[in-house]
Amino acid sequence: MAAALGAAEQGVEVLLVEREDRNGGVLNQCIHNGFGLHYFREELTGPEYAERFMKLIESRNIRTFTGAHVWKLAPFENTAFIVSESGIYDVYFDALVVTTGARERPFGALMIPGDRPAGIFTAGLAQRFVNIENHLPGKRALILGSGDIGLIMARRLTLEGMEVVGVVERLPYPGGLERNVQQCLVDFDIPLYLSHTVTGVEGKGRLERVYISEVDDEFKPVKGTEKVFEVDTLILSVGLIPQTEILKNFVEIDPKTFGFITSNTGRTSLDSVFAAGNDVIIYDLVDYVSTEGYTAGKHAALHALRKVTPSRRIPIIPGENIGVLFPRFYEEQEDLRIYVRVRKPLENVRVVVEPGIYSRKFDRVAPNEMITFTIPSEKIPPSLNRILVEVEKDEG
Amino acid sequence: MNVVVVGAGIVGAAIARKLSMYDLNLIILEKQPEAGWGITKANSGIVHAGYDDPPGTLRASLCSRGNMMYEEMCKQLKVDFKRIGSLVVAFTGDEVKVLHELMRRGELNNVKGLKLLDREEVLSLEPRLNGNVIAALYAETAGITEPWMVAIACVENAVQNGAKFLPNTKVIGFEIVKERIRYVLTDSDKIPADVVINATGMESDLLAKLAGVYHPPLHPRRGQYILIDKNAGNIVNSVIFPTPTEDSKGILVLPTVDGGTLIGPNAEDLSDRERESVSTTLEGLREVLEKASHLVPHLPVNRVIKTFAGLRPETPSKDFYITAETSPWGFVNVGGMRSPGLTAAPAIAEYVVEYLIPEKLHISLTRKKDFNPERRKIPHPADSTPEKWHEMIARDKRWGRIVCACNEVTEMEIREAIRRGARTLDAIKFRTRAMFGKCQGGFCTHRIMKILAEETGQALEDVLKAEAGSWILNGKVRP
Ligand SMILES: Cc1cc2nc3c(=O)[nH]c(=O)nc-3n(C[C@H](O)[C@H](O)[C@H](O)COP(=O)(O)OP(=O)(O)OC[C@H]3O[C@@H](n4cnc5c(N)ncnc54)[C@H](O)[C@@H]3O)c2cc1C
Ligand SMILES: Cc1cc2nc3c(=O)[nH]c(=O)nc-3n(C[C@H](O)[C@H](O)[C@H](O)COP(=O)(O)OP(=O)(O)OC[C@H]3O[C@@H](n4cnc5c(N)ncnc54)[C@H](O)[C@@H]3O)c2cc1C
Repeated sequence: MAAALGAAEQGVEVLLVEREDRNGGVLNQCIHNGFGLHYFREELTGPEYAERFMKLIESRNIRTFTGAHVWKLAPFENTAFIVSESGIYDVYFDALVVTTGARERPFGALMIPGDRPAGIFTAGLAQRFVNIENHLPGKRALILGSGDIGLIMARRLTLEGMEVVGVVERLPYPGGLERNVQQCLVDFDIPLYLSHTVTGVEGKGRLERVYISEVDDEFKPVKGTEKVFEVDTLILSVGLIPQTEILKNFVEIDPKTFGFITSNTGRTSLDSVFAAGNDVIIYDLVDYVSTEGYTAGKHAALHALRKVTPSRRIPIIPGENIGVLFPRFYEEQEDLRIYVRVRKPLENVRVVVEPGIYSRKFDRVAPNEMITFTIPSEKIPPSLNRILVEVEKDEG
Repeated sequence: MNVVVVGAGIVGAAIARKLSMYDLNLIILEKQPEAGWGITKANSGIVHAGYDDPPGTLRASLCSRGNMMYEEMCKQLKVDFKRIGSLVVAFTGDEVKVLHELMRRGELNNVKGLKLLDREEVLSLEPRLNGNVIAALYAETAGITEPWMVAIACVENAVQNGAKFLPNTKVIGFEIVKERIRYVLTDSDKIPADVVINATGMESDLLAKLAGVYHPPLHPRRGQYILIDKNAGNIVNSVIFPTPTEDSKGILVLPTVDGGTLIGPNAEDLSDRERESVSTTLEGLREVLEKASHLVPHLPVNRVIKTFAGLRPETPSKDFYITAETSPWGFVNVGGMRSPGLTAAPAIAEYVVEYLIPEKLHISLTRKKDFNPERRKIPHPADSTPEKWHEMIARDKRWGRIVCACNEVTEMEIREAIRRGARTLDAIKFRTRAMFGKCQGGFCTHRIMKILAEETGQALEDVLKAEAGSWILNGKVRP
């Protein structure tokens, strides 16, 4: 929706295609607070945040097509093929913004040994059942993964009357935001097992037992540390995977994260194709997603209007301590907003952008909180061959 | 004449379909909610060429014959079958010797289209193979299929031709009078029978015992698998085997019919009490990954979407055990169905119905005049043209509602699967491939449950994943 808005405000005709019956994506099932503090300077629930955008979309006369699945994209023919209950459509475009979000990593991808009973849910599916379908996924649950969705589900399930016996995280620190650890676990006395993982699941029909163990530095289970939980429900919050398959044969995709590789305008490796949101990197906050969505929409419109020719793309290189970096290229027609996730928690560091573009000190940084900052385009010499982003020990 | 087929795996299903060509009263009993949920659900899905079975065994003759029959059978049943060929690859001189031996066996087993390839030829067919390969045996007749779909389709086709299929029905004994079977006893009923076909897979020795008939003892030999998402692209183009040992065909890398990549199986002998032990283990999955990576390095582990395990029913002689008994008269064993049972199934059906029944039981069967070999499959519009899909939507808009986005399964396909007998989520999954893709149901499970509840008149919380006891939801959050 933010991309549609960004594009419409440049005066182009926009079609917003969504396969669910309602716009908003994952926001619709996130009925908790914590959305919009940056973008609207107000604390909203997910559906409220989505509704704000729906109103904006309406006010701009943006055409939306819901219940419509983009089946295939042919970017060289500038055509999208759409399936809906009213038929199959070929839609011609001058520019395309892909905002297909992310999916949850499924149980099968974890290669956890054991049986394959009912009762193993991804957190998003469990959230959907509880918040939208009005059904509980079980009685007693263990949660694997301390990402935000897992933390929020620990609280939600407890509030709705399920017993949550713990949250298991293989890293030595939580994956979700600090505020969520406090508000969802500590406040409810739910134990967090750091440096632990699930080593087995058992159950005939329905899940009956989950085994966990401590892990070493290589995430291998340590013998003799096994614990058993008698639970009928295992909730997985073990990462989101950008959904980029629809363009996998056409644009550059990061082979490790599967996210689209884009510049700061949202442009992919094809001039007329833009992407934004969780299909690029997994963001902490929807506010960031909206900002980058808006930007991608704006530049897609400028491209469609042929108002600008794509400028030289300056590669942005992540330093050693950086796990996630957005964007991967810089184009001069937009300011450079950088989003960084460090690989591990670090103290007394400085985030620097070389050569000599930006530097800021942090007492503490951790992978669960993204660092973001903006560098105005005037500060970046257009002649650079590359830009380097690093997090270094602060010597001063 | 009352014929009862016990077990609707690939073997029982193929026999039932064959029997449905004849004038008789045919009943198929299956303890699971669906056909094809036993051994047939978890195997490599290969229609083997037939070069590695020892010449002279039942396995050898039925495998190559079965392979020849597969293409036509799948065409009639509208099940995917792809003759993609297979390669047994050798990395040492000793292994090359084994290739020559396999080639010789293949000729004795009447296998056509075998060829020895040198390193360059192999690598041009399979560029991602380990470059240390020195030779390979190519078998052009090897193929792949979706085993449980073959079983489901055979049963549907048999039912179309007059057979009766009773799922959720377990055989628990027999009433035998004067050396003849009178009734098959099930957990819910008593069914009159003259001839009983024992096609119970992992349990065929136990069922034989209930009838007082000899059957060599079975023990399970487990094989674990790892499935890689189709979005990782083509990793191999044909079935890749290592050079086999006396014991096993080894751990393979092969494409699945819908474009994914399967690696496995290992081989672990379990005790005869572990006949339901289809759990995976850390060591097992590790072994699969290690050995498969030796064949094809750099497998995209970050694209794994699923792991599972299956059980081979192994006899001491490592051969099929197919007999028609006369005491009690009319009990037919079709057991010991290790590999290549999937491949051999149509040939086994032919052997049982056209040879054992007339020659050993002296029953002469009369063919029906109106047998229809053609099954109508559930249409999958994403496989057709946009024009055809558009027309389908014009007829019923539910053809245009995508329920499973990963595999582009429409609401109408889900409903049709339910109308054909799918009663649980897994049943829908195996019939339509919904929830079978990269998100494994994360996005669509709730929608499919609602459709299932609506079609069957169940409450949402009564919908099951698979067998009895596999409940999914525990009542409402608030009334
Ligand atoms: C459980 C949870 C809790 C969160 N909590 C917070 C929080 O407290 N505060 C906060 O700020 N952020 C939070 N977030 C993060 C934030 O909500 C997300 O990052 C953001 O909403 C992602 O937006 P998106 O547009 O990139 O993706 P999505 O919301 O996933 O949208 C993608 C849309 O694309 C559609 N689509 C995909 N493929 C196709 C196709 N082929 N054809 C048609 N349509 C298609 C999908 O149906 C979907 O509607 C949370 C996220 C989750 C999952
Ligand atoms: C790991 C592995 C890999 C394999 N790979 C291949 C391959 O690539 N190619 C190949 O050709 N073959 C392969 N095979 C062999 C092949 O899968 C089997 O031979 C075949 O599936 C056996 O089918 P079936 O019908 O005999 O058994 P099943 O599929 O097990 O069917 C028996 C049925 O009987 C039912 N049943 C049991 N007891 C009762 C009862 N008392 N009452 C009612 N119903 C009952 C069960 O529920 C089951 O559905 C493989 C096997 C394994 C395990």
